[in-house]
Amino acid sequence: MSEASPVAAVAPTVVTRRGFRLRTLGGRFGLGVAVLLVLTALLAPVLSPYAPQAIELSAELAPPGPGHLLGAGENGIDVLTHVLYGARVSLVVAFFAVVLSALVGTTLGGLAGYVGGWVDEGVMRGVDVLLAFPGILLAIFITSVLGPSLFNVVFALSFTGWTGYARLARGQVLTLRERDYVQAARALGSGNARILFRHLLPNAAGPLLIQATSAFPGAILAEASLSFLGLGAPPGTPSWGALVDQGTQYLLVAPHVALFPGLALALTVLGFNFLGDAVRDALDPKRVN
Amino acid sequence: MRRAASAVIAVVGALLLISLFLNLVPGDPIDVMLGEEASEVDREALRRAVGMDQPWYAQLWTFSKDFATGELRTSLPPFQKKVLPAIGAALPKTLQLTVASLLIAVGIAIPLGVAAAARKGTAVDSAAMGVAVAGVALPRFWLGPMLIIVFALWLDWLPVSGAESWRHLVLPSLTLGTALAAFLSRMTRAAMLETLREDFVTVARAKGLHPRVVLWKHAFRNALLPILTVLGLEFGTLLGGAIVTEKVFAWPGMGTLLLTAIEKRDYNTVRATVLMFTLCYVIVNTLTDVAYALVDPRVRRRS
Repeated sequence: MSEASPVAAVAPTVVTRRGFRLRTLGGRFGLGVAVLLVLTALLAPVLSPYAPQAIELSAELAPPGPGHLLGAGENGIDVLTHVLYGARVSLVVAFFAVVLSALVGTTLGGLAGYVGGWVDEGVMRGVDVLLAFPGILLAIFITSVLGPSLFNVVFALSFTGWTGYARLARGQVLTLRERDYVQAARALGSGNARILFRHLLPNAAGPLLIQATSAFPGAILAEASLSFLGLGAPPGTPSWGALVDQGTQYLLVAPHVALFPGLALALTVLGFNFLGDAVRDALDPKRVN
Repeated sequence: MRRAASAVIAVVGALLLISLFLNLVPGDPIDVMLGEEASEVDREALRRAVGMDQPWYAQLWTFSKDFATGELRTSLPPFQKKVLPAIGAALPKTLQLTVASLLIAVGIAIPLGVAAAARKGTAVDSAAMGVAVAGVALPRFWLGPMLIIVFALWLDWLPVSGAESWRHLVLPSLTLGTALAAFLSRMTRAAMLETLREDFVTVARAKGLHPRVVLWKHAFRNALLPILTVLGLEFGTLLGGAIVTEKVFAWPGMGTLLLTAIEKRDYNTVRATVLMFTLCYVIVNTLTDVAYALVDPRVRRRS
């Protein structure tokens, strides 16, 4: 199982060579959930029985039945439609939040590790300060100041989320930069930028990818929490968190409104947690049992 | 000393960050408070009333000074009430909630994690870890309403919301504590597996000590350090989760105070609560470091 030889670190294909062989049950389940979710997000307009904003006052808070498979919510909006469209909001926000965090964190952390000195000092102090906040609290603060919009959610989550990648990239660069192949590249006349972005960071891709996949369910949960608090998705956007918020007002008469979007969310987070574990096991031979 | 210094840096950094944010954001908070079509005279008046006509460093200074002396007032003219009494009422409620859920989490996670590690690979292990994996994925703002439906609306055992008696505390602290219990039991299992491999455990077993003594006295006490670390770090998540949980149960704590202040655009209260949350977090993390030394003599000797 473990084949992390020094040679492997030289070959830039080390990440892809093993491939993602998700042999565990959890890994398959996670992959299944992820594929299902992406399909749902793509096909939401086709799958949904109604338009996301369709109002049908006669069906307000109707229980699950033939007309509305998962029941209806406030103003008779179709819960199934909102759950299907909610997959889009969840995926898109989490995806951009994770990608932006990873880009910013990797760049800053890589620079900190490579350049050292005051750059290192500055970046790592910034990381320390951000880690002094509970992440979600800062996200709540930022979105409350900027106002509810999905773009602001992405910004708030990235603002707090890049620190993990920065620490990781810095550590990786610090250990990798003394390697022979870096000396060789330098001897061959590679510039600093080329060494950092072509030689060092690609070789740190494994741990960074692990970090990104394990951060993904957290980002989904964070978006839903912010939307539940009324600070994420603007009113009318089909977000799972916002729908649960709506449902909490009708727990006695219409428990289905809170039940189904929350179930979809829990399943998604569970699936992506499994997927994250499987990706970690596949990429990090040291961690296998 | 080093710990104290980094705690101070964290708090000062937090203060800078929350103050700068209000000033650096594109757009004008005054616009948000009054709406875009408000007259220039009204906007100027409000700006002066909440001190926003001052440069950011002056605002930061006034805010910090007022916060420290307890003179800080809400930024909602004309009724500028003091912020401190509101915080004084809300903070104990939030601490009550977080401590209760911490106790629940520890009470569930440690027996579960230790049992899973002691019987690694058995049905007990898989069952415990299955529950743990599911528990981590449950969003608090959904678990809360579901608990309300079952235990308050259907079974009518516990109240739906409010904070009048200890019975009101049960569902909120379960809601807040479940995810931590799940996460912590995985961590406990991992830490226990680590120490169960140590030589001193083998020696203790070879001496013929009772397996329970080996498990709790030799292995568990040495696994406490990583468990404590996780608890300290996860306290922040707990504080964040408290905001959501308080909203679900209308619990009159810091989260409710923060959300109400956000709704009313009362930025002074928002800043003060965020700062208070950060202070709690920093204090707990510093205490965690102190606890290390109490738990583990090896740490004590090193420093």
